Amino acid sequence: MLVLNKVKIQEMADNIAEMDAVKGRSLWTDARRRFMQNKAATASVFVLTLIVLFSFIGPYFAVWTNEQIDWAVLGRVAELGQPSFANGHFFGTDSLGRDLYSRVIQGTRISLSVGFVGATVAVIIGTLYGAIAGYVGGRVDQFMMRIVDILMAIPGMFVLILMLVVFGRSILMLFIAIGLLAWLDMSRIVRGQTLSIKNKEFVEAARATGVKNSKIITRHIVPNLLGVVVVYASLLVPGMILIESSISFLGLGVQEPSTSWGALISDGAKTIRYDTEWQLLFPLAFFVTSLFCFYFIGDGLRDALDPKDR
Amino acid sequence: MSLLEVKNLSVEFSTPDGTVRAVNNVSFNLEEGKTLAIVGESGSGKSQTVFAMMGLLATNGTATGSVKFEGAEVLGLKGDALNAIRAQKIAMVFQDPMTSLNPYMRISDQMAEVLIHHNGISKYEAIKQSVRMLDAVKIPEAKNRIRMYPHEFSGGMRQRVMIAMSLLCQPKLLIADEPTTALDVTVQAQIMRLLADIQKELGTAIILITHDLGVVAGNSDDTLVMYGGQVMEVGTTEAVYATPTHPYTQGLMSAVPRVDVVLDVLVTIPGNPPNMMNMPAGCPFTPRCRFAIDKCVETMPELVKTGGDSSHLRACNVAVEDLV
Amino acid sequence: MSNETIMQVDNLKVYFRVKNPEAMPWTRPDVLKAVDGVSFKLKAGETLGIVGESGCGKSTLARGIIRLIEAEEGQVLWLGQDLLKLSNNEMRSRRQEIQMIFQDPLASLDPRMNIGEIIAEPIKTHHPKTPKAEVKQMVEDVMVRVGLLPNLVNRYPHEFSGGQCQRIGIARALILKPKLIVCDEPVSALDVSIQAQVVNLLKELQDEMGLALIFIAHDLSIVKHISTRIMVLYLGNMMELADSADLYDRPRHPYTQALISAVPIPDPLIEKNKELILIEGDLPSAINPPSGCVFRTRCPKAQDICASDKPVFEDTGKGHMVACHFHD
Repeated sequence: MLVLNKVKIQEMADNIAEMDAVKGRSLWTDARRRFMQNKAATASVFVLTLIVLFSFIGPYFAVWTNEQIDWAVLGRVAELGQPSFANGHFFGTDSLGRDLYSRVIQGTRISLSVGFVGATVAVIIGTLYGAIAGYVGGRVDQFMMRIVDILMAIPGMFVLILMLVVFGRSILMLFIAIGLLAWLDMSRIVRGQTLSIKNKEFVEAARATGVKNSKIITRHIVPNLLGVVVVYASLLVPGMILIESSISFLGLGVQEPSTSWGALISDGAKTIRYDTEWQLLFPLAFFVTSLFCFYFIGDGLRDALDPKDR
Repeated sequence: MSLLEVKNLSVEFSTPDGTVRAVNNVSFNLEEGKTLAIVGESGSGKSQTVFAMMGLLATNGTATGSVKFEGAEVLGLKGDALNAIRAQKIAMVFQDPMTSLNPYMRISDQMAEVLIHHNGISKYEAIKQSVRMLDAVKIPEAKNRIRMYPHEFSGGMRQRVMIAMSLLCQPKLLIADEPTTALDVTVQAQIMRLLADIQKELGTAIILITHDLGVVAGNSDDTLVMYGGQVMEVGTTEAVYATPTHPYTQGLMSAVPRVDVVLDVLVTIPGNPPNMMNMPAGCPFTPRCRFAIDKCVETMPELVKTGGDSSHLRACNVAVEDLV
Repeated sequence: MSNETIMQVDNLKVYFRVKNPEAMPWTRPDVLKAVDGVSFKLKAGETLGIVGESGCGKSTLARGIIRLIEAEEGQVLWLGQDLLKLSNNEMRSRRQEIQMIFQDPLASLDPRMNIGEIIAEPIKTHHPKTPKAEVKQMVEDVMVRVGLLPNLVNRYPHEFSGGQCQRIGIARALILKPKLIVCDEPVSALDVSIQAQVVNLLKELQDEMGLALIFIAHDLSIVKHISTRIMVLYLGNMMELADSADLYDRPRHPYTQALISAVPIPDPLIEKNKELILIEGDLPSAINPPSGCVFRTRCPKAQDICASDKPVFEDTGKGHMVACHFHD
């Protein structure tokens, strides 16, 4: 009996040994699995993908460009400019008789790229700045964080408006201005995280092995920061979109004939008393849906990456 | 009638990856004024056993079986009924006192709160009693120290405060979950001495949960050895240590280095502790057991008498004589 | 086993500057003397155990020796070269010869890296040009040596138990074939049955590779089992240093005596009838340590001279060093 059992255990051991190098489940794989289980978040990813796809494929179905003015409609927008397939204005026209379908597509592109570019700039600058300040510590940390404090003390919206007025209104300027402001919070969050990761034993282990400081930051600190960074970035994108929208709403955003969600909503809101509610509702629907999606995704990411804090 | 009678206690947790059985059919009795030590490694279910008794399981956990305290069922009690038992009849001391002390409240307020709530006495009276209790656990200058915050105490002192707090309502049973694991040996010796003194004075029964076989040896009347949620062996401490009858107990005893003996190589138990997500159907110790037979893979043996004294029980498919 | 001294530590002091949060910003920070004048020699292939209670400075001492924390003064001669005087780059390359194992096995492994990457990190750091195939072979060899199946290389730390994680940590420390491994409480976070496995593994590796070990622990029974010599630390000061057997059979310092007597023995017949030497009170603050002998505030033998004169750390015969005016 005893011998038989030994054989059995040996067999089991052989089975294990025969298996080729087993693929491990990294923390990312785990996180992806948890994210997929979150229905609201996966649905949001799906909807958002549709919106992005729409902004690329949509133009092929457009009858009018975003600049063309439909002279037939102009002046009688409330009656003739309604959404209809007959005259090719799927979403109707704006108060100048321009095709809202094309303009929404164009606005979607601008708004989403402001969101993504702004967030990317913030993530890159903020992560590196925060990680270096946190890891090096001491006087360097003090100095770097005081700069952030000073920049934060200046009202952001004011600077933004000032920059747009002084340097002129252009999309590039908008990207730069928003990106420059958004990394401040990011760097603070990253610094805080770095301080706690820096004291973990695996960083000490790397130092004891003789790994260079720069390698420790890129190989050990940053990958372990990514969870927080990703979550924060996913909330930063809608934040950027909101900032752009409020600026456009004030009339300082992108320049005509280009447009953005904020500008479209602003236009639609101004003309709402002329019974042209579609001019507000279409851009607003895209705007609200996208923001909801971003927030759901952000929530999903946080739960997936940080299962303990749920 | 025993003070505490636990019968067929099982604890299950439902997790996204399936149901995990942390405790499996555990039964034991505890008499008034005695100490029972529950020994086991991580994942043995020793803490979950007492958490279930105290209604402290995580929300995804369910306990089945029966836990009778002074003849009355406590398993499944809720709300006020449970609270009344918790502080006044059964008290608990944890490994890390900071988890059960509020860092933003003075010790005096935290202790008085317990007394005011359960005994309905005035705050003045409550603080007077609290000071007396701190004196009893040998905290110097208790009168002044009671006004301090938890973080102002050292680890050993904090554990004393915790013990004093748990004794305020003079419980019949004190459950100590790894009370000295976070402490240094000299402080551990002080705390264990304190628990022994208290037991002598107040006649409190103690359940001592630990992984340290040395602490068990010096401070318990009975010992219960758990592995993978199952009771492997139980008996008087003297009997279990003198003649361990289960392969796991034997392995554990010989794996522990001792200060009073010189050994060349430590005897080890091969393998790793069981994975709770993936428990074998039979005896959980099978994969690490050098005496395992085919039967062990499928069937978990019953807890039966060893043939020694009548309270010494073991759960093993292999006869005692064959364990050499 | 050769008998040459590979490391000599002289009068090592590690201080921390601690700012009292209630003090004014311009006041000088307090000085916390975590390690206050420690000296010892370490021979090739030997194990020096360092024991003491939490707060005695044993972990700081280990980190001070290998410059994970910068020391205040003293010297650490490694093969005749003072480590404390090396530039950062020189020190980094010396680190190949001295490795470290940590207390918390899981926390000492980067959760985002797989086992193969973790174990190979020292090679990538010190010999970045090693061909991939060779690195893979080295990793597999060392994994087999510490008792891990090599097909687990792609797994991540959280998929292993504590004991396995500690084996991974040992594999990482071994891969460059160091001469010294500093072990900071390597088994105190592990289960009893796993502790024995890890200790045996370390002993085997030591015999096989002629490794020297500095083994830090608060568990006196484990230290006794693995060490050739043992140093007892209290509040950053050396109390006693002697051969392992000698120290346990005839401890001469009252602190060591109390420490050994407090270790519970897993035998109810002995343990229940044992005479305990209890030391009362708490560890004094290292910011404001007692004058003279640091242990005097809790010492059963303390007299006036203990407060005024610091006892000399002296040889009481056969290399048994003690710092006490009234040693046995």
